[in-house]
Amino acid sequence: MTLMPDPGRLSDVTETARLGRAESAHDFDPAADADSAVANAAASASVVLAGRAAIRGRRQWPLPKQADPDAPLLVVEGLTTHFTLGDSTVHAVDGVSFTLEDGEALGIAGESGCGKTTTALSLLRLLPANAEVVGGSVKLFGIDLCTKSEKALRRYRWREISIIFQGAMNALNPVKRVGDQVAEPIELRVGLSKADAARRAGELLELVGIPRSRGRAYPHELSGGMRQRAMIAMALACDPAIIIGDEPTTALDVMVQAQILELLEDLRAKLGLSLILITHDLSVLAETCDRVMVMYAGRVAEEGPVGRIYGTPRHPYTQMLLAAFPDVHSGRRDLGTIPGSPPDLRTPPPGCRFHPRCPAAMEVCRTDVPPEVRFDDRVRVACHLYPPGSDGVPVPLPRPAPVSAEAAVGPEAAP
Amino acid sequence: MTADTRARDGDELIRLEGLEVHFPIRGGLRDLVRRRPSGFVRAVDGIDLTIRRGEVLGLVGESGSGKTTTGRVIVKLTRPTGGRLLLDGEDVTGVWGGDALRRYRRRVQLIFQDPYETLNPKQTIHDFVAEPLEVQRIGNAAEREQRVLDAIDTAGLRPAADFAFRYPHELSGGQRQRVVIAGALVLDPAIVVADEPVSMLDVSIRTEILNLMLDLRRQRDLTYLFITHDLSVAWVIADRIAVMYLGKVMELGTAGEVIGDPRHPYTRALVSVMPTPEPPQPGLRARRVILAGETPDAAHIPTGCRFHPRCPLAEQAGIMARCRAEEPPLIDLGNGRASACWLAESGKPLPAVERRMGAVAPVGDAR
Repeated sequence: MTLMPDPGRLSDVTETARLGRAESAHDFDPAADADSAVANAAASASVVLAGRAAIRGRRQWPLPKQADPDAPLLVVEGLTTHFTLGDSTVHAVDGVSFTLEDGEALGIAGESGCGKTTTALSLLRLLPANAEVVGGSVKLFGIDLCTKSEKALRRYRWREISIIFQGAMNALNPVKRVGDQVAEPIELRVGLSKADAARRAGELLELVGIPRSRGRAYPHELSGGMRQRAMIAMALACDPAIIIGDEPTTALDVMVQAQILELLEDLRAKLGLSLILITHDLSVLAETCDRVMVMYAGRVAEEGPVGRIYGTPRHPYTQMLLAAFPDVHSGRRDLGTIPGSPPDLRTPPPGCRFHPRCPAAMEVCRTDVPPEVRFDDRVRVACHLYPPGSDGVPVPLPRPAPVSAEAAVGPEAAP
Repeated sequence: MTADTRARDGDELIRLEGLEVHFPIRGGLRDLVRRRPSGFVRAVDGIDLTIRRGEVLGLVGESGSGKTTTGRVIVKLTRPTGGRLLLDGEDVTGVWGGDALRRYRRRVQLIFQDPYETLNPKQTIHDFVAEPLEVQRIGNAAEREQRVLDAIDTAGLRPAADFAFRYPHELSGGQRQRVVIAGALVLDPAIVVADEPVSMLDVSIRTEILNLMLDLRRQRDLTYLFITHDLSVAWVIADRIAVMYLGKVMELGTAGEVIGDPRHPYTRALVSVMPTPEPPQPGLRARRVILAGETPDAAHIPTGCRFHPRCPLAEQAGIMARCRAEEPPLIDLGNGRASACWLAESGKPLPAVERRMGAVAPVGDAR
């Protein structure tokens, strides 16, 4: 089994293919492998390649001029974003690396204040005035967006990467008709005529399940689910390569949430969209994403294929986070707790930022930042329990006290 | 007679009989001139429900189901327009204002969703928790002091004396919700109505608060009405679950039964779309029954079974005519289970939903 410390460079497709071959040669426990794409990683690498050409071939407008047609869609390396609060600096995002391939869906999960949203907003520098990207690179089609001027970045906002925000009511303009709001970016960014933009807006509304005639409605005339659909239509307006959903279903009812997630899945299949879904609810990502990245206190704790992260979580934080969700389908009712709360990022703890809350914390965790280690099953973990060269077998944690089972079922037991 | 109204006497703490809350719609000038509303929003449309002493009853529903309004009637923040509310067998429907209401509130307390809005930013924790004692004129200053500190301590804010003189902004979200719980407990109530007490909280804090509520119930013999949109939270904390839809109870039973073997198509659809933190498996998607459209407007409730326009079973089971014409009562299925569905009448499990492959749920706008 080969192990490689990962500085976040494995995005390169040739390297992925190489890794895939290594993996199939070593036959990484296929029985436990829920993700068939991983079990057959060599094949999947070529699928990615074919997918890339096909998806880019379907684009409505050409790639940006400086684009390298052979570069992966998005490669983020060592992204670091700081906020300035008075005299102190908030280390909101600290050396985050990840990649996104064409047609792939990546989920970013973690508690509030873990830097999920800041990471996403940093890609296009859509940050508040007191925040600044201080390091790292964001390469879209091989073009480094971090070195672009504010004006040059506009070419990429909405046209290449667009965002669906959480509160659709706040993100939509209350005094403009929904159809006009969808048409506006098409007119302004793509340069279609007013009539053409309106026609395309109508098509987009139908695509997301809003009757074309409802385009004449104002946001307040639509229900919450409809507004979120309109937001998705707006995000799709300029046929972007990447859509970022920042908690796109959090404020919605369960059934509407299911409808919106299904819509995103459908659109992904139909349009070859690449998605980044940000949510605090790990259970939402399981059915929607290919890969999941768990963040803690501005850093990546663990990242890998969904089947791996959910099936055999390695990082103690991932394990505890998963245990904190009840599962009505498997019958798991007792909930694990994660004692304490995420650290104040003005003065993050030294070493591993999770160590004050970690039941498996060792001496080294207090002093040394754990390196990111990538294992054969394409999972990378930043935890001292899994040092470079280890076998990567998940270390079970001492289970925290669950919600008392006898209290929860009391009257059932004695009807 | 429904299953629930047969709960043993003395066993029940709160009882709702045919409870109705209809809000008048007063819109335009015409309504003003005619001096009568043009219609009613039937937020709660006739429910019978019993909350037994010492149990946690989970009241689950989507927005617009009337779950919050039901809770507000029980804590007497909303006047019902019909039906009765009984506490300990005594009819308290007419109790409004004065000493009677004060006595009632001593026994029935409320926890709101948003601890940020519940707390007064200019009030210390101590003053917030002490306020109910002052309103109720309980004990002398020293006794009150002790009870306040006890309540803060019980809610897990320790040392209590340390927390007592802090302000809300000095506390984290979880701690604030603990303060709200301390305020609800200081009067030593018999029942606490908790309206979405954990939906604003992060996962890790959510578990803490749920654990605290369960611990308190054991220590203090508390009864909870736990109102939530999240079936999985209800499943963790509740003994019994009542599922509401458009102002009616659709299904009632123990948490395990309602989740594990739902007898109403609406409940089953809700359960099927609950996200799971398990690794994705083939066939998982096929399990989902995603209902089309959204909960209709409570001012225009469909005739017959109010769920029939969205029901995935009515047409398939060939009973659509009946569903459209006749509203099913909450049918007693024995052992305290009940379902408001004609298909449940036989007592058999529901038929499976035939999935039309490739069919994307059509979207109807609710308005």
